[in-house]
Amino acid sequence: MHFTLRVWRQKNAQDTGHFEIYDIDGVSPDASFLEMLDVLNEKLIKQGREPVAFDHDCREGICGSCGMFINGRAHGPLRNITTCRLYMRHFRDGETITIEPFRAKSFPVIKDLVVDRSALDKIVQAGGYISVNTGSSPDANSIPVPKPAADLAFTYAACIGCGACVAACKNASAMLFTAAKVAHFAMLPQGQPERRQRVKRMVAQMDKEGFGHCTNTGACAVECPAKIPLTAIAQLQRDFIWANLSPDPHAASSS
Amino acid sequence: MATTTSPTKGAWLHTTVGRKVLMAATGLFLITFLVVHLAGNLLLLRNDGGAAFNAYAEFMSTNPLIRVLEIGLFAGFVVHIYQGLYFIFTERRARPKGYTLNQASANSNIFSRTMRLSAVVVLVFLVVHLRHFFVEHRLLGTPLTMYESCKIAFENPYYSAFYVLSMVLLAFHLAHGFYSGFQTLGLVLNKRIERLLKWGAAGFAFLVPLGFAIIPMYFLLSKYL
Amino acid sequence: MSEILTAPSPTITAPLTWSEGNLIETSRCPSGDLEKRWTRHKDNLRLVAPHNKRKLDIIVVGAGLAGASAAASLGELGYRVKVFVYHNSPRRAHSIAAQGGINAAKNYRNDGDSIWRLFYDTIKGGDFRARESNVYRLAEVSVKIIDHCVAQGIPFAREYGGYLDTRSFGGAQLMRTFYARGQTGQQLLLGAYNALQRQVAAGTVQVFYNYEVLDIVVEEGRAKGIIVRNLITGEIQRVAAHATVLATGGYGNAYFLSTNARLSNATATWRAHRRGAYFANPSFVQIHPTCIPQSGDYQSKLTLMSESLRNDGRVWVPRTPGDKRRPQGIPESERWYYLEEWYPSFGNLVPRDIASRAAKRVCDMGYGVGPTGRAVYLDFSDAIQRLGREVIYQRYGNLFEMYEEITGESPWETPMRIYPAVHYTMGGLWVDYNLMTNIEGLYAVGEANFSDHGANRLGASALMQGLADGYFILPYTIGDYLATQLFVKPSTDTTAFAQAEKETQQRIEKLLQTKGTRTVDELHRELGKILWDHCGLARNAKDLAEAYNAIKLLKERFWREVAVPGTGSEFNQNLEKALRVADFLELGELMIIDAYHREESCGCHLREEYQTEEGEALRDDKKFAYVAAWQWNGENQSPTLHQEPLQFEFVKPTVRSYK
Repeated sequence: MHFTLRVWRQKNAQDTGHFEIYDIDGVSPDASFLEMLDVLNEKLIKQGREPVAFDHDCREGICGSCGMFINGRAHGPLRNITTCRLYMRHFRDGETITIEPFRAKSFPVIKDLVVDRSALDKIVQAGGYISVNTGSSPDANSIPVPKPAADLAFTYAACIGCGACVAACKNASAMLFTAAKVAHFAMLPQGQPERRQRVKRMVAQMDKEGFGHCTNTGACAVECPAKIPLTAIAQLQRDFIWANLSPDPHAASSS
Repeated sequence: MATTTSPTKGAWLHTTVGRKVLMAATGLFLITFLVVHLAGNLLLLRNDGGAAFNAYAEFMSTNPLIRVLEIGLFAGFVVHIYQGLYFIFTERRARPKGYTLNQASANSNIFSRTMRLSAVVVLVFLVVHLRHFFVEHRLLGTPLTMYESCKIAFENPYYSAFYVLSMVLLAFHLAHGFYSGFQTLGLVLNKRIERLLKWGAAGFAFLVPLGFAIIPMYFLLSKYL
Repeated sequence: MSEILTAPSPTITAPLTWSEGNLIETSRCPSGDLEKRWTRHKDNLRLVAPHNKRKLDIIVVGAGLAGASAAASLGELGYRVKVFVYHNSPRRAHSIAAQGGINAAKNYRNDGDSIWRLFYDTIKGGDFRARESNVYRLAEVSVKIIDHCVAQGIPFAREYGGYLDTRSFGGAQLMRTFYARGQTGQQLLLGAYNALQRQVAAGTVQVFYNYEVLDIVVEEGRAKGIIVRNLITGEIQRVAAHATVLATGGYGNAYFLSTNARLSNATATWRAHRRGAYFANPSFVQIHPTCIPQSGDYQSKLTLMSESLRNDGRVWVPRTPGDKRRPQGIPESERWYYLEEWYPSFGNLVPRDIASRAAKRVCDMGYGVGPTGRAVYLDFSDAIQRLGREVIYQRYGNLFEMYEEITGESPWETPMRIYPAVHYTMGGLWVDYNLMTNIEGLYAVGEANFSDHGANRLGASALMQGLADGYFILPYTIGDYLATQLFVKPSTDTTAFAQAEKETQQRIEKLLQTKGTRTVDELHRELGKILWDHCGLARNAKDLAEAYNAIKLLKERFWREVAVPGTGSEFNQNLEKALRVADFLELGELMIIDAYHREESCGCHLREEYQTEEGEALRDDKKFAYVAAWQWNGENQSPTLHQEPLQFEFVKPTVRSYK
């Protein structure tokens, strides 16, 4: 297969960046999108040119490293898939493919297609955990968890942290990412003690990191490789309203 | 989690999520108002020379309970518009540099992406509409009955065209806003409710503005046919 | 290119030699009753008081299961922890890709499981090439791991009553594997990552993103810190601490094609080795039987299909070699379920080494399927019929989808085609019972060490070991060393640091100056091919000797021909790669030596000269019941072999039979 690639090149965070056009030939339809870029880079190195920088690692859709905006979509033309699991057979022979980095104020470009997504880690630091120290846990089966709740918790916990939700959102909102974490813990008995604080703090941090607001367009869930459903956001909304409006039964003892 | 700093009461309403909740709550409230408003307006179609409609208008502008609710309605509009403007003005903050190529149509519907446009048009309509009816009748005073005012306005093709266009945009606004409001209040508990609400929203967004739009068209058509 | 062709032809045949060192007698393994060893050992470890913990710095390199769990637990204890990861987030380590599950001797099934049985299965699974004390401890703490992970909110699979579900895995006749759909590694890693983030918020742990460790600094036999490169700016920095923990994973990527993530590398462990740490059993590489076969030269990695699939999938090949019919069209009587036939008691769930070798054997015999003839079928039609689509979807839904995405074929309709691929390295830095290398203050945890799996790892045991090391072993044992370091002030202002930094700079300069014509990947592929062909599923002395020379030549060519564009003072992914491959080349050499020296077959290590008529491994316990710990003696010097004898007081090494 033959493609014309229009790739965003940006030397570093300070550089303004621009598109460059590359022609690539003889691409196997069974090559993954990243493998196609590998082939391009091999060619560029041989020509003494600077290869295209992009993030990648596991190449099986779970580490969340890869992520680029391909032909106007986060992770390319398929729904619910990572860039590494996108294959060239999903493109038309001869097609021009535009490749840009994920764009958001909170995801500054490091180089070419590589962006800094550490803002997502900061949201987790604000409360995306259950505070349990190693060594202090009761027997695993001492607290039964209804299977539907456990299954739903897993559905939300499957987030791979790639940032496609932010990239796809017209407001660059990190709601789906944040909500996935909140909803995961909301499903489990172990998540209850910190439930109020967690949602409040994570929402506050999300704002602090400069992510936009959510307008429920649902673009995030369409592009999410982990298929996190929008019900996660509804769960966050519910928890957030409840955490702020209903009286905290423990407020007196904690202050 | 480490110690909590307790923020001032109400600070949560300044978070993006809090603002969204206000937007949703006021939006859904305004939707109920729309239904009531439409029910009243449909009286214009009764072939009684406006008797029923005028009685209704009279009731709405004098009943003390309605007057109190009117303050709530006004507040709802103010909050909804204020939050909307806030989002419009901070729109680009989270993404200062946009995409060169963006295929948003592949992952979201047009209504959800044009809320700002539809909001602005509906807002302009609202101003004109209030000027025409509310200001004229309640503040300045006019010898005309409400029915007569309507008849004059709707028989004007320009005004009616503007009215109908605004209703189309209102339909856009409702098509997303109706579902979105429930989602934001956390009421979309599962996929089934989501599907149901999206259909409901579509139906509501189609029927209610259509109901409004029929009236000027009726007047216009009866004048010229 | 012409330059390369006229380069000296491969005539320099360096002899494959090594020198014999000493017996290692300081593994710190306790003696006495097996069941009491760990408890007694813990009771005898020195302690560090809370107010002193706050004054002690620990470097943790890597944030996979072992690294993140260790760093989080050490942070909870109050140590000052600095974590270095080359990823852009600590959540991206390759542990995240583990699919199947985690073993624990909980006996929730009431199927007769016990710590002893898990211990026995693991040590037998490793073909009696691991320490009894370590493996028993691993089985012992396995139960606490599950408790802790559940408390962290990890959404394990559950039954309708709300209690934890388990399934069976290779090499065991019990159902002791806990799982979270096909993403157990992800869920466990995120649990550890969350715990780590909690400590970051608490201020006990600092995580440095986009930093790669390029050297370990050792002074007078003690680890003093590390040399790191900031991958964004290219800046080389020195970091000093009271102790350093390497949790950098395995070296399967030496083979270029493997199931490992593309960035996984051996640089930290290899550099530690060059600074004096022994590298143990480097040739013990696990080749996983169920991977998607390679489809083209452009291919960058191989994708694993979880071993759990063998619970319900049946492995077969057509009885007629070269049968080109569609698999669905081949009648039952013409299918050869060779695993079920050869190993009736374990069937499709034989350990990985056995299953991989069996696949190779049937393919070598000409029974292989698919375009290359290097694949066998893994068939779910029976299970789908027996259990229904719903149940199979619950168990393997995401794996089926992944398979279909990659191959374009649906496992619901046609059997999967699978073939073995490099997956895990049992070898690694030699560590004592405290997980400390022979360099004082330098620890290795998780896949980076060699400790628990012997010559073959059982499925669902890697997650167990990583978390055991990080949550429940290292936090105790590291204190024993740190208690002696209270009055030491870490400083980067020493000659050892200066020297290490200079050498690192020079290495980078040299790579950038070479300006050759071959890309790093091209040269890496060559290394991979040598290792896969000669040091893969089956090895023999002749091939290994050839491979040794081939690697020597390749290494020499690498430093002449490699092309690394860009500079060292910027984000430069090719430079990163080149540094890693340079180390893989040296490690590859040692892998070959190790495979050559071990004149027996055991676990993953099948020497063709030492096998039964049926192709089963022939162990030689008289001569090789030891851990081979190799010492680096310098560039172009042959290494020294130190043997740590393995004593089996509680289990009797037997011929490992799964028949």
